[in-house]
Amino acid sequence: MIIRQISVIFFLSLLLAISGCSGNKTKGDDGDMVGDGIEDGAPTDVGEDDYSSSGLDDDGSVILDPLDDPASDLFVRTIYFDYDSANIREDSLLIVREHGKYLSSSPERLVRLEGHADESGTREYNLALGEERAKSVREILLLEGAQEVQIEIVSFGEERPAVEGTDDAALQLNRRVEVVY
Amino acid sequence: MKRIHNLIALVVVLFSSNTYALLEIEITQGVESAMPVAITPVAGDIPIEATLLESVVFSDLHRSGYFSIIDKKKYPQQSVKLDDVDYPKWRNVGIEALLTMTATAASEGKVRVQFELYDLVRKNRILGHSVTTNKNQLRKVAHKISDLVFEKLTGIKGAFSTRVAYISEASSSKGKKYQLQIADADGYNPRTVFSSSKQLLSPAWAPDGRRLAYVSFENDRTEIFMQDITTGKRTKISSEPGINSAPAWSPDGTSIALTLSSGGDPDIYILDVESKKLRKLTNDYGIDTEAAWSPDGRFIYFTSNRSGAPQIYQVSFGGGSPKRMTFEGSYNAAPSVSADGKFLAMVHRDDSGYKIGLLDIERNSFRLLTDGTLDEAPSFAPNGSMIIYSTRHNNSTVLSAVSSDGRVRQRLRLQKEKVREPSWSPFRR
Repeated sequence: MIIRQISVIFFLSLLLAISGCSGNKTKGDDGDMVGDGIEDGAPTDVGEDDYSSSGLDDDGSVILDPLDDPASDLFVRTIYFDYDSANIREDSLLIVREHGKYLSSSPERLVRLEGHADESGTREYNLALGEERAKSVREILLLEGAQEVQIEIVSFGEERPAVEGTDDAALQLNRRVEVVY
Repeated sequence: MKRIHNLIALVVVLFSSNTYALLEIEITQGVESAMPVAITPVAGDIPIEATLLESVVFSDLHRSGYFSIIDKKKYPQQSVKLDDVDYPKWRNVGIEALLTMTATAASEGKVRVQFELYDLVRKNRILGHSVTTNKNQLRKVAHKISDLVFEKLTGIKGAFSTRVAYISEASSSKGKKYQLQIADADGYNPRTVFSSSKQLLSPAWAPDGRRLAYVSFENDRTEIFMQDITTGKRTKISSEPGINSAPAWSPDGTSIALTLSSGGDPDIYILDVESKKLRKLTNDYGIDTEAAWSPDGRFIYFTSNRSGAPQIYQVSFGGGSPKRMTFEGSYNAAPSVSADGKFLAMVHRDDSGYKIGLLDIERNSFRLLTDGTLDEAPSFAPNGSMIIYSTRHNNSTVLSAVSSDGRVRQRLRLQKEKVREPSWSPFRR
């Protein structure tokens, strides 16, 4: 269901891009009416089937990017990992694939994959581990048709944790790759 | 037990008088089979300087793990004039060596320090000297005395006058501040060498003790810089695509081993400092990082997860097939090599966390030296007597030192900043 919707949106945004509108809206772009899907949407009640189509105006001045649909798998930008592992989990695979498909269909889009590790283990090893995680994500993106030039990789190891804390929950939140468009 | 208690009390008294002290020292374990040594109260007419001198020498010798400094109440003489030692009385209390010191006011506000070391077994004076110094150099003089005493009594060159480089992290309303700092080996006199709002990592000393290589995130990715600590001059030495990290100088100073991932995955490379030429040393699909040189420069130890989990391997300087060194446990990383090349200190994970472990390479025997939950970044003193590392303490990170036999542990506690990534300097040249 979601996938079908996304392809519709792809199609729409492609059309809009071709018709001369900026296809790569980013946060903070002036003059663009559509925000990032949180401010003017219904963030407390997302996931409804028709959410993504709201706000699409006839005059073509409003662009909806599927990245900004809170119901979309593309809205998930953090991929989590197991301890000392760079393997993509089963439950993350679909999400990463969606990002790959999106990049494949939006060749003008660039993405940065930021690999991170939790604080356990040595800092240098974790730097390498963060990069391995980012590379695992890149591999899937490439398999789905994304081009190498679209993808930048950087590892921050354990240096930039998402959350402070030493309990298992905090460590899990820090073992991640952030997909930054 | 009582002796340990007395020592702690003494340390607290001695250090509370040093109001400028930034790092506190705590004795976390006692000594059982170390050489019994006496240090008589420092005589002279300047009590503040006398106390400082005594406290520095006391803690140097104590934390080395080689000596048990006997409670002053047991001393048959509280002050000893030159060559006026009552040898039979001292031997009766089982003390083997006696250190006496005086600190007196000299002209121009200087301090004259004199010290004598007596062998109570052979009944002779084995060391003695005097030096006149500025007051702000008194710690240096004290460390020098500790070095001389240590070498005379153990036959091993003292490393108390060496330094430690480390990274500190301070948080404020403006955000975080990361500093590369250098302090005396006991944690005093910290000086900032480089400061950044972005993360710093992995300081590594050049063998000349004048330059440091380290990793900086100042451009939001890893790059390796080299800095002359006397002039402050910085040079970027590696900025390849991907990871640039874990620099380690060769013992002759001509090369730096480092980790690069530009070849596809993190591998160890050798950078020729003069020619800037790079040579790939390891080649494996997984992670290879954290290089450390053997003292003769023939081997490089490193961490690799080629077996599925991080373990330590050894490879020849010329390359070839690496040999696995660690088999105990499922996580061994960040090797540091002792000055004689016989031991590897490392981070070892067991059921309750990450600790510092020690591998005797020849005997192939392994044991734990610490019992923390997140002990990291072991670095050997240049004489092999101690290992400095970082450890978690009260929601912060502090530096600790452990004697190489694991008997004595000492915490160096910075009061505000988190401190980590210690690297013990080589001997001064």
